[in-house]
Amino acid sequence: MERGETAVRAEIALRVNGEERRVVADTRTSLLDLLRERLGLTGSKKGCDHGQCGACTVLVDGRRVNACLALAVAHQGADVVTVEGLADGDEPHPLQRAFVENDAFQCGYCTPGQLCSAVGVLAEAARGWPSHVTADLAADGVELDEAEIRERMSGNICRCGAYPGIVAAIREAAGGGTAR
Amino acid sequence: MTMTPAKVPRELDSPLDGGVGESRRRPDGTLKVTGEFAYSSDLWLEGMLWGVTLRSPHPRARIRSIDVSEALAHPGVEAVLTHEDVPGFKFYGLEHKDQPVLAIDQVRYQGEPVALVAADHPEVARRAAAKIKVDYEVLTPITDARRAAFDPDCEKVHEDGNVVRHQPVIFGGDVAEARAGADVIVSETFEVGIQDQAFLGPESGLAVPGEDGGVDLYVATQWMHSDLWQIAPCLGLPEEKVRMTMAGVGGAFGGREDLSMQIHAAMLAMRTGKPVKIVYNREESFFGHVHRHPARMRYEYGATRDGKLVFAEAEIILDGGAYASSTPNVVGNAASLGVGPYKIPSIRVDAYGVYTNNPPCGAMRGFGAVQACFAYESMMDRMAAALGLDPVTFRQINAAHPGDALATGQVLEHMAPLAEMLGRLKAMPMPPERDAAGHDLRELPGGVSNTTHGEGVRRGVGYGVGIKNICFSEGFDDYSTARVRLSIIGGEPTVLVHTSAAEVGQGLVTLKAQIARSELGVRRVTIAPADNQVGSAGSSSASRQSYMTGGAVKVACEAVRERMFKLFEERLGRPPASLAEAVEHLPEVLGDEVIDETREFHHHRTERMDPVTGQANSHTQLAICVHRAVVDVDVELGLVKVVELAAVQDVGKIMNPLSLEGQIHGGTAQGLGLALMEEIVVADGKVRNPSFTDYLIPTILDMPPMRLDILEYADPRAPYGLRGAGEPPTLSSTPAIVAAIRDASGLALTRVPVRPEHIAGSS
Amino acid sequence: MEFLRPTSWGEALAAKADAPGAVPIAGGTDVMVELNFDKHRPEALLDLNRVGELATWSEEEDGRLRVGAAVPYARIIGELGGRLPGLAMAARTVGSPQIRNRGTVGGNLGAASPAGDSHPPLLAADAEIEVESAARGTRMIPAGEFYTGVKRSALAPDELIRAFHVRPAEGPQQFSKIGTRNAMVIAVCSFGLALHPSDQRIGTGIGSAAPTPRRAFEAEEYAAGELDWAGRSPLDERVARRFGELAARAAAPIDDVRGTAEYRLHALSVMARRTLTWAWKDYLNGGATACA
Repeated sequence: MERGETAVRAEIALRVNGEERRVVADTRTSLLDLLRERLGLTGSKKGCDHGQCGACTVLVDGRRVNACLALAVAHQGADVVTVEGLADGDEPHPLQRAFVENDAFQCGYCTPGQLCSAVGVLAEAARGWPSHVTADLAADGVELDEAEIRERMSGNICRCGAYPGIVAAIREAAGGGTAR
Repeated sequence: MTMTPAKVPRELDSPLDGGVGESRRRPDGTLKVTGEFAYSSDLWLEGMLWGVTLRSPHPRARIRSIDVSEALAHPGVEAVLTHEDVPGFKFYGLEHKDQPVLAIDQVRYQGEPVALVAADHPEVARRAAAKIKVDYEVLTPITDARRAAFDPDCEKVHEDGNVVRHQPVIFGGDVAEARAGADVIVSETFEVGIQDQAFLGPESGLAVPGEDGGVDLYVATQWMHSDLWQIAPCLGLPEEKVRMTMAGVGGAFGGREDLSMQIHAAMLAMRTGKPVKIVYNREESFFGHVHRHPARMRYEYGATRDGKLVFAEAEIILDGGAYASSTPNVVGNAASLGVGPYKIPSIRVDAYGVYTNNPPCGAMRGFGAVQACFAYESMMDRMAAALGLDPVTFRQINAAHPGDALATGQVLEHMAPLAEMLGRLKAMPMPPERDAAGHDLRELPGGVSNTTHGEGVRRGVGYGVGIKNICFSEGFDDYSTARVRLSIIGGEPTVLVHTSAAEVGQGLVTLKAQIARSELGVRRVTIAPADNQVGSAGSSSASRQSYMTGGAVKVACEAVRERMFKLFEERLGRPPASLAEAVEHLPEVLGDEVIDETREFHHHRTERMDPVTGQANSHTQLAICVHRAVVDVDVELGLVKVVELAAVQDVGKIMNPLSLEGQIHGGTAQGLGLALMEEIVVADGKVRNPSFTDYLIPTILDMPPMRLDILEYADPRAPYGLRGAGEPPTLSSTPAIVAAIRDASGLALTRVPVRPEHIAGSS
Repeated sequence: MEFLRPTSWGEALAAKADAPGAVPIAGGTDVMVELNFDKHRPEALLDLNRVGELATWSEEEDGRLRVGAAVPYARIIGELGGRLPGLAMAARTVGSPQIRNRGTVGGNLGAASPAGDSHPPLLAADAEIEVESAARGTRMIPAGEFYTGVKRSALAPDELIRAFHVRPAEGPQQFSKIGTRNAMVIAVCSFGLALHPSDQRIGTGIGSAAPTPRRAFEAEEYAAGELDWAGRSPLDERVARRFGELAARAAAPIDDVRGTAEYRLHALSVMARRTLTWAWKDYLNGGATACA
């Protein structure tokens, strides 16, 4: 057997949805597979394994990333939040509520990724991070209008085409009204 | 003991209010936003094995031999199967059983399944599959559909010839005569590339061997019973030993009508005695389901100088690829709807479905009507231009009205007049003009890729009309089955609605609850998981489930209501004054009793198309959607920004405004994808872009805001007067967008998707 | 697959010397695609995330910026957008917001794909790549010499990319990229341009239109000679057009699933013409381009 074929296992310690988790896994394992196959958290979805659909989006140390493009073993000690960890106990996250109210999905397969991405968007806006298109990089605060939401959500594909509902839901959760 | 997966589809509690006509929340909404909804890829059982499919790298080859010995010896491998291991009938298929479960002596398309492996880990299974030795004698693939159809010297993909179906449609007077009387004649050849359903949840499922020798299947499909009728014979099992449960479906759009991993997982489970899970990755998914037929369409229209069409002639060639799938019915749609909802005195259409060694094609949202719509709407624009008429006016002049006949002779009934729909569409406000001074990149073609600051950008406006048949056509006795159970739980009347219908995202679970609540006046409604313990619901396709399963739930509820009223009268000595009164007294009237009624709902009969003339009342219901597209095109670089899409659609009756809008948005987005970017590129029978890196789907930045105007012209034959709504917008958005690009660029643009190089340099 | 986790640059170099087959990984957005689809089975991965200095940038004494190989695109846009506008413009077209949070210029360089978005602006701005090996120490490779073939670079098997060095923009910079959708798209072709007023020179970079990213030398020389740097007279439309033609002439594209060679040549000539026009207009207005 060639050297590259040898499975090497490593212990991986992560904080997932507020819980310390330790698991021994093949070093080749992606964060997505670790969550889904080893930790039983199947909310995060595998759509393309390529970072081209966004269904696997989770928050790592508060920033949204494609879990399919994150190597689990490279995230020792990271704080990971998945769709299963968005609610506050029985109280759904305002975005979760807004997605249901605005019919922001149909099949729902992209929804966990859309939600984690949207949580990231709200956090980025709250921290005043300029959007990648904002003209004035020094501007304080960011208004999440429709164009801004679209720009910032462009890494999450919805094949059912529920984009108008997604924009409406994020606007609503961001406090920007419910205009569709 | 029966093994049940750790995460299984469960009963859905519906919100406590909301009947027919209201925007209600989805009963599966909370599960879907919390990540708890059990999609087919999420199923898991202790000790399960992973199945992997070895596929042919060649589009056409003879198989000299298959040697599985090395794969079988690979540690962790529990089974390696070939066609010799198929327990029963070795072929399946939706309409022709022409597709081998596993390739027998030859392969007819790239990606055809050849062998299966089950192992304790997916990686092990993949490694073992790579060790199966298949000796192929590679043959030159047959890839030109037109040649395959018409050249007698062309080799045959299947022994019985390359034409799967030829359906002519001959209407009205002689075309040659009409041609002689036409003032203006235009002709063109159009092409449609291969579109993929590209549902986000790839094919997956779990097969669990039963103690009785049968198998429990958890799969994501569109029509459970159609699966069952194909699976059971191949497994050599009676249907009752194949127990099926619908797992969560991550989108379908037609791509789950055909079988994918169902028989394979069951074979591996039955052979190993262990549960087997199969999950395709994205690349495999591109080979794991049929696509939308690519088409080559030759059209010729004639008109008088005052703008009246006098004839239409069309030859439509649909490349069905290696296996028939639903090609025959796709041909029927393309033929019968081949010239759209226009009144034309002389029509001749010839539609062909052809076998080649290209990827197999079958159902996708719009089903045969999409391809023809691009052609006939392009012809309408071209003729309007030739006559110097406004494209909307020209369509209005020739629009078929209720009472007029389509090409098949079928008369349009109970629907909005097209001319009026177009008038409303044209009257809708236009989006503001582009601010020529500023250059917010987000509003320009190319977006933040910074390709223009306004240079080369021209605005265009285009219109498109599409007509789609709703429900199954051509004499098929289509039906759906619903079981409705009424009981008192915790002192409260509770309704359980049980069907085998596939919720693929369209919101059928919401609708079923709304209907039950409206018909029975009960607040608490629960939706049972779909399984085959109840009769067939037919397919979640052809925009038919609101009509068919909605209809079945309605009639089952009516039966329950009748018994409820009868019980009321028996117990209280008088009939109830109202439904509300009956429900109010239900706890005492019903007590521990249960009312449980199962009903089938059939739509009115349709006819087969005449094989020579195509004449027939072949469609159950017809639906029209019209689109207006406003685009900004960088005519120098060929990049397009769709600024706005507006649509007018007649839906008969709005059952749920919010989910209806979702269907129109979604259908429109997929039509936009076909217009601008979506294509499986095939060369010499091989797919060149089986990934989301190069098969592009519209993002949130590609799909513009929409204006909708929804009309309700009730169809008295349909439940509540409703008209299926999911597909029509997929038809008309494509030609509208292309027309708008033509308007901006002045180009002919005869092929979709329109690529930048088709537009570039046209300034 | 071995997983190596050095905590310092020295350890990283030692590990790479030990296992030259080890594939460096930072954001992972490129390497993971290969792993997921089993296209590449490296014997070892070298995780650079603990080498903290790689995710930092600094101003050097020579006036240049030294940007660590593992600074993600999102930070290049947010922190360096004003000083490296061309690179920031390219960075905001990379993948998706999620990928920009993780992906790095170092990764783009390591992969050396002709379609990598950072290459044209690095070429246009005369960036140098700082690479190092335990055995031979540091060497600086000009971007123009870094790319040697399709997905091949001048990096030796025992070397690692540490940083890139580039002067803050002293004149307007532009980046333009063709994709067939409005987000998440790999370049059909791309073009980077930088004005260097102090040398009265312009820099260019062509992406996705040749086996390697490359400069359009003839176009650069032509424009440098034709532009009226001192007099600041407006750009002659014919000069812009000729510049575009020369830029396209430097490319050697192929037909592939993303586009035809002919289209790439055409698009390059248009992008070169337009970006020069915008940059010159900015120059006349007296400024460098902000990343807008």
